[in-house]
Amino acid sequence: MSALSLRGIAKSFGGNAILKGVDLDVQPGEFIALVGPSGCGRSTLLRILAGLDHADSGEIILGGSDVSGVAAADRNIAMVFQSYALYPHLTASENIAVPLAMRRLSRVQRLPFIGSLIPGQRAARAGIIRDVREMAVSLKIDHLLDRKPGQMSGGQRQRVALARAMVRRPAVFLMDEPLSNLDANLRVHARGEIVDLHRRAGVPTVYVTHDQAEALSMADRVAVMIGGQLLQLASPQTIYDDPAHVEVARFVGQPRINLLPALAENGTVAFGGIRLALEDDSIAGNNVTLGIRPEFVSLTQNRQDALAAHIERMEFLGSEVILYAKLDAIGETMVVKLAPAEVAGLSAGMPVALALAAEQAMVFAEDGRRLRAAPTTVDATREKAHG
Amino acid sequence: MTSTGFTPGRILRLSLLILGSLIFLAPYIFMISTAGKAQDDIFTSALKLIPTHFFYVENIAKALSKVSMGTLLFNGVLVCGLIFFFQVLIAIPCAYAMAKLKFPAARTMMVLVMLGLLVPIHATALPLYVGFNSLSLLNSYTALVAPFSISVFAIFMFLQFFRSMPDDLIHAARLDGMSEIGIVARVIVPNAWPAVTAFAIFSVVAHWNDLYWPLIVITKQEYFTPPLGLMYFRAAEAGDDYGALMAATLIITLPLVAAFLLAQKRFVEGITMTGLKG
Amino acid sequence: MASIAATFLPMRTAAARERSEARTALLFALPAIVLIVLFIIVPIVAVVVLGFTDFQLGDQSLRFVAFENYAHLLRDRAFQKSLWNTATYTAIVAPVSIVLGLGVALLIESEGIGRSFFRTAYFLPVASLIVAMATVWQYLFHPTIGPINALLGEIGVRGPNWLGASATALYSLSIIGVWQSVGFNMVLFLAGLTAIPRELYAAAEVDGAKSSFDRFWLVTWPMLGPTTLFVTTISIINAVKVFDTVKALTDGGPNHASEVLLFTIYQEGFVYLRVGYASAMTTVFLAILVVLTFLQYRVQDRQVHYT
Repeated sequence: MSALSLRGIAKSFGGNAILKGVDLDVQPGEFIALVGPSGCGRSTLLRILAGLDHADSGEIILGGSDVSGVAAADRNIAMVFQSYALYPHLTASENIAVPLAMRRLSRVQRLPFIGSLIPGQRAARAGIIRDVREMAVSLKIDHLLDRKPGQMSGGQRQRVALARAMVRRPAVFLMDEPLSNLDANLRVHARGEIVDLHRRAGVPTVYVTHDQAEALSMADRVAVMIGGQLLQLASPQTIYDDPAHVEVARFVGQPRINLLPALAENGTVAFGGIRLALEDDSIAGNNVTLGIRPEFVSLTQNRQDALAAHIERMEFLGSEVILYAKLDAIGETMVVKLAPAEVAGLSAGMPVALALAAEQAMVFAEDGRRLRAAPTTVDATREKAHG
Repeated sequence: MTSTGFTPGRILRLSLLILGSLIFLAPYIFMISTAGKAQDDIFTSALKLIPTHFFYVENIAKALSKVSMGTLLFNGVLVCGLIFFFQVLIAIPCAYAMAKLKFPAARTMMVLVMLGLLVPIHATALPLYVGFNSLSLLNSYTALVAPFSISVFAIFMFLQFFRSMPDDLIHAARLDGMSEIGIVARVIVPNAWPAVTAFAIFSVVAHWNDLYWPLIVITKQEYFTPPLGLMYFRAAEAGDDYGALMAATLIITLPLVAAFLLAQKRFVEGITMTGLKG
Repeated sequence: MASIAATFLPMRTAAARERSEARTALLFALPAIVLIVLFIIVPIVAVVVLGFTDFQLGDQSLRFVAFENYAHLLRDRAFQKSLWNTATYTAIVAPVSIVLGLGVALLIESEGIGRSFFRTAYFLPVASLIVAMATVWQYLFHPTIGPINALLGEIGVRGPNWLGASATALYSLSIIGVWQSVGFNMVLFLAGLTAIPRELYAAAEVDGAKSSFDRFWLVTWPMLGPTTLFVTTISIINAVKVFDTVKALTDGGPNHASEVLLFTIYQEGFVYLRVGYASAMTTVFLAILVVLTFLQYRVQDRQVHYT
């Protein structure tokens, strides 16, 4: 049974559909990265999960019961915000204690000053202090407990925010781009820390980010959201190698995948010297998109079965070179990833021939869906006709 | 948290707000209503908002005859205008110097400014009065304007604002060969517009409303400012004809209220700016 | 080379530039300095000095009487009553207008529709001519023809002589004072409320703060700290400076029941022309203002500032 399920979550704001029926299953202990470009609806989905917003339709099933109508405070979900949202007037230990105090102390006991004078809560308060300290030690911030957020660095504040979320031992963790406010070096280090924490805590986590590299490197499974729809939910490798939709292919991968317009005739796509036979040749319409990643394009001397192009520019990145070449036939720019040795003697303006690796090419229908295809040497229909 | 739909909580909130608004607007409602009532109407039906006979013309005529509204408004505009003009003229260069230039007396200036913020006109009125009296300057526009020509608050406000302006702007102007006065006139002033308008609102409201100082230095009717004029009208009326009295207040209140309604956002921004600067 | 440079390029040293800058700065600040001295420093000194004399306007000379004025103040029943009235007025107007200002601000902030209208309605009194509105209130408070007593009469309550009876005069003035101040405080609180980051409320909800009460204590009230301090100081100082309504409506009466500090000073100095005595009072008034402002700075400093 999954730890968290979303069924048909839809949400519109003033006529604009932000979420168009999202289904998602998070398995126990799983780390799911929710990724997509701005405006894809990922933050809205997270807020709905947390209970900060209500979906127009759909269900959220947490631990077996429907929590769609339950207030955020009662959902046993913890969240780490992009700006950490630490209470500026409280020390780190007080910040971390807030969720515990909210749940273990009554309203009267929580009143400032007078609340703590009411008898009968010593055990509860001692318990809170103990849990806070334990969490602080495990996150290595116990020396910061008496400081206020204004006296801490960005990385320290982030760990306090994590501690505050984890101290409750919630059923689900939600993280809303918690690393985007850190500078680049710290970010890479923090990624590792979060993955580590997740492994230790074993709590299912939904991690929202706009950075596809972050998503791919941290998650057990990646959920790619574009335009309010969940286009694919799969392991990072599958998302990269086997995208279910052209938008997924476009979003993941650096540098971006090459997408070229092509024609499907009689169930075959022929382009730049390769032929691909579509599995399902009953696809209506002839326009398809051919996708090939930059690392699967190479320079060749054989101009016969290759694409003629002229070099626009080359970017030297040390261990590899990114070459931009404009196709002579259709004017589109191809991005090619090459080793430095392969571009020796080449410069902008020179003509080149580009060969595509047929097994790695992908075909997408006009509506964006991925079409299964396999390289072939002959015309598919003729094969069929001959039995 | 804005909620959609009318929950009981929301209805309660709205009811409170509306009730409160009615209470707060009640004086204005009654003012407008009573300004159109004849004497007997006022005596008999205090709670009736629509006058039995529309007496507006008569009441307003009476109000206008007792006190020259035109003179009052003119004086008000002239005095407030002159005060504002001098305040800005003197404060801007000073604030600029304190914010962007280095000079030895800067610290002392800061202390003086802080001190000045503490001291209202009420504290300095006595000696100033004695002084103006001995110079035979009572009952003059000079007496009305001069003490307020220095606004420490203006210096303070512009100082904060100028401090947040980027230095590069000024360096660029200097490189272009502008003199310091040129910089003030052509670079600072155009960019200081938000602060100037915020201060304008603060200054105009404060001085349009000022009763204490004009009461002290003015006794001749031709120099009356709006508050003084109204006080005189009340005395002349001896509290009998409330209709005419309300008509008079209506006419006098109208300019500032109209200006407020038209420039609401600016008003609020102005107060906010002064508040946030602490 | 160097000699040619010296003849053709008059290079100013850093020191010379600094001196020129300092001169310009002083020039810019000069009018302000002169006016501050003329209209603030000198009068303050004069007031304090005059407080030690028995100067009356029209006298040709004055006599130094050291602390006699202050001694008289201590025994002066009218002055003590005036201080007491001012304190009472402040004790009513300041807290009530602060609480109401905060309440209205919270209500408006959490309500989606009609914000502009409500803000205007509550703020209008602040933008209106005080003397004029005081006159309107005089009509409202009129014991026989005023709407307030008429309304009370409708429900069978006999309304008092609001502004004319010594028992109620000061309280009536307090009502007007609150009416004038709520809008101003409301605007300041609104500014403070909008400055609170929204994410803090989201974090509070997730942490378990379900009710508005919880959210108020956890986020709103602490984050409003500096604003509240500022509003409190301004409200108190403005309440202490009350004059216009008193002069317009009650003239301090009946029987000194509504006489306040500034009114007493006005009477002594400009009606009875006992400038020396009035100056002593003014010094006391100034001292009160200084103490209040000083207290504000101390409290502000004590709060640890956070970003």
